[in-house]
Amino acid sequence: MSTLAELKKGQSAVIDSFTDQDMSVKLMEMGCVPGETVTLEKIAPFGDPIAIKVSGYLLSLRLAEASTVLVLRTK
Amino acid sequence: MPAVNTSSTAGAERKLKIALAGNPNSGKSTLFNALTGLHQSTGNFPGVTVDKKTGTFTFYSGGLDKKTEAEVIDLPGIYSLYPVSLDESVAVEVITHRSNPDYPDLIVVVVDASNLKRNLFLVSQIIDQKIPVILALNMIDLVEKAGTVIDTQKLSDRLGIPVISISARENKGLGVLKKKFAEKIEAPVDYFLGVAPEKEGDRTRENIERYRKITVIMNECIYDRKQIPAEVMSRKLDRVLTHRFWGFVVFIAVLFFIFQSIFFLAAYPMDWIESGFMHLSQWSGAHLPKGEFSDLLVNGVLAGLSGVAVFVPQIAFLFLFIAILEDTGYMARVSFIMDKLMRKFGLNGKSVIPLISGVACAVPAIMSTRTIGNRKERLITLLITPLMSCSARLPVYTLLIALAIPAGKVLGFFNLQGLVLMSLYLIGFLAALSAAIVMRYVLRSKEKSYFIMELPIYRSPRWSSIGITIIDKVKVFLFDAGKVIIAISIILWFLSAHAPGNRFAQIENDYKKAGESYDQKMLEGDSGLARITSKEYLMAQKESEKLKASYAGILGRTIEPVIRPLGFDWKIGISLVTSFAAREVFVGTMATLYSAGDPDNTHSIREKMNSETDPQTGTKVYSLATCLSLMIFYAFAMQCMSTMAVVYRETKNIKWPLVQFAYMGVLAYASSFIIFHIFR
Repeated sequence: MSTLAELKKGQSAVIDSFTDQDMSVKLMEMGCVPGETVTLEKIAPFGDPIAIKVSGYLLSLRLAEASTVLVLRTK
Repeated sequence: MPAVNTSSTAGAERKLKIALAGNPNSGKSTLFNALTGLHQSTGNFPGVTVDKKTGTFTFYSGGLDKKTEAEVIDLPGIYSLYPVSLDESVAVEVITHRSNPDYPDLIVVVVDASNLKRNLFLVSQIIDQKIPVILALNMIDLVEKAGTVIDTQKLSDRLGIPVISISARENKGLGVLKKKFAEKIEAPVDYFLGVAPEKEGDRTRENIERYRKITVIMNECIYDRKQIPAEVMSRKLDRVLTHRFWGFVVFIAVLFFIFQSIFFLAAYPMDWIESGFMHLSQWSGAHLPKGEFSDLLVNGVLAGLSGVAVFVPQIAFLFLFIAILEDTGYMARVSFIMDKLMRKFGLNGKSVIPLISGVACAVPAIMSTRTIGNRKERLITLLITPLMSCSARLPVYTLLIALAIPAGKVLGFFNLQGLVLMSLYLIGFLAALSAAIVMRYVLRSKEKSYFIMELPIYRSPRWSSIGITIIDKVKVFLFDAGKVIIAISIILWFLSAHAPGNRFAQIENDYKKAGESYDQKMLEGDSGLARITSKEYLMAQKESEKLKASYAGILGRTIEPVIRPLGFDWKIGISLVTSFAAREVFVGTMATLYSAGDPDNTHSIREKMNSETDPQTGTKVYSLATCLSLMIFYAFAMQCMSTMAVVYRETKNIKWPLVQFAYMGVLAYASSFIIFHIFR
């Protein structure tokens, strides 16, 4: 299993679980719940933060935050 | 069970209390503006610096002859009832605590129809609060234009709450919504998931269940889901605007345009305000009876009012542009591309705009830090912003550079004076970033720094909302900060218009005699006298004498031992005291001290300052070392009461403007000391 921070641009994955309790609350209210498919849409010019497509909109988050999300790659 | 009852006679006396809740970017504020128009005011929630926007409007309840007034509160945007930031906590408090003074009779949850899934999550939590709630399905026009159909009746059945389609932007559906207010709305009967949510513990399972049910509901109620055209457009724009090269090019171009416009456009109204006040004070000076009270009115109150009013054009223009950037969705992209750079300094991508706005004026810049959600990052941003070289420093720099720096070229190419000016801007910027790094370690915060935020789709700006924002910001500045500024102006007036004992009377008397003997000599035909002196010169000298004798003058002399090591004499000391009103006052004070007459005539001030020598050593007072030291002092010192008033207003704690005054003062003193001793 890898983290959301390890996705490459254009790759999709399904959220599995979280490693940080506080962060998970914030992420879940933004639509990142286990079972949801996310796609890495954009990487900021300096490599961080990133933007993902989740439940129909663009969400930006830092790599540190993305690395608390465990995902299953869907090819 | 709580219920709204507006059609009864009791409703006539009691206003219906409505709270608007919803995700950021859901159009909540647009609906608020559409409902209340200009019948709104911005205050603070008790004890915290979170904007509390309230307003009123009327609607027909029970026939065309009966109107009911409603009070509506625009809560800070939230994504859930699990608050992270202070703003969110305030909104959640109002919704969940029945004892809260703002606890509403009815909640209107504004939902972005093009982003239903995430928006419905909040709705599901509010339903569980068992409070009367209406779902306002906003931006329905965007969705329908794309061909998507939402069955609102079914949605209402499934959620167990009324659903009204609106387009706040287009002013559509508001009538239906208002009609609904007149009905008796019951609190939802069932919990969203059938059972009451657990109070404590891991909510992951509960949240998964919520989203699962939302997905089911959405599949039942939405047909022909299509991507809306704005989304496609947004993607294309983002390819350029967040590009690793073009993104920055566009950003710099946008900044360049904004500053050119501010300096160009705001200069005119600022001139009008200044000359308007000048005429007013001249007129008052001529028409009011001579005396203490008139002097207070003209040189204290009027000068203070002018000092406040002159900021209004810059505030208005800066917020015009900031509101456009915010409203179109571009601001989120700026934060996105700048976040990594800013984070190195303990800041946030959102700190960029306030910091850069500081080059124009720290006052609106500090007011714009409200968009930074994290308290610590916001505090650091507003503490360091005044180090950016603002436009008020420019006249001071211009005078001192002309005095000390030769007009030659460096490397046969660069203008030396221009180079020094540019260095001063650069020094200010570097000092701001360094101060940020220090504060990052000094300031404590329990709050975590997040950058989890939506990148909304690009939209055209809503001009009426922008107009309301500008009016709001100007009002806040005039009424909140204005009070402090006028109070300080009056103190400064007192210091420079009064002297101990009858010193002023003596000076008046001396000059009256001098004037008489001058007139006498002129009558006798002593034409040589006219070359040495003139009536204007005598008057200017009198003003200079008076200022030197005043309390401000005494203060200048008193602090002389302290500022000596920086290369400053007591006359500069007086200017430092009076500059606290605003930095550019330095030039005017110098003009008075050196009896140069017209303060706009910098040439004559410069000549007089240039020929000033130290009575003890006989060397030039304004040597290169002193001028450089003075420039650095003005670059770093907190000499702006308007900024301090705004910092106090924004932090609601007298500690922060004082901390700012102290740290910038120490920085200015130490740097000037070093510079003076290097160049001496």
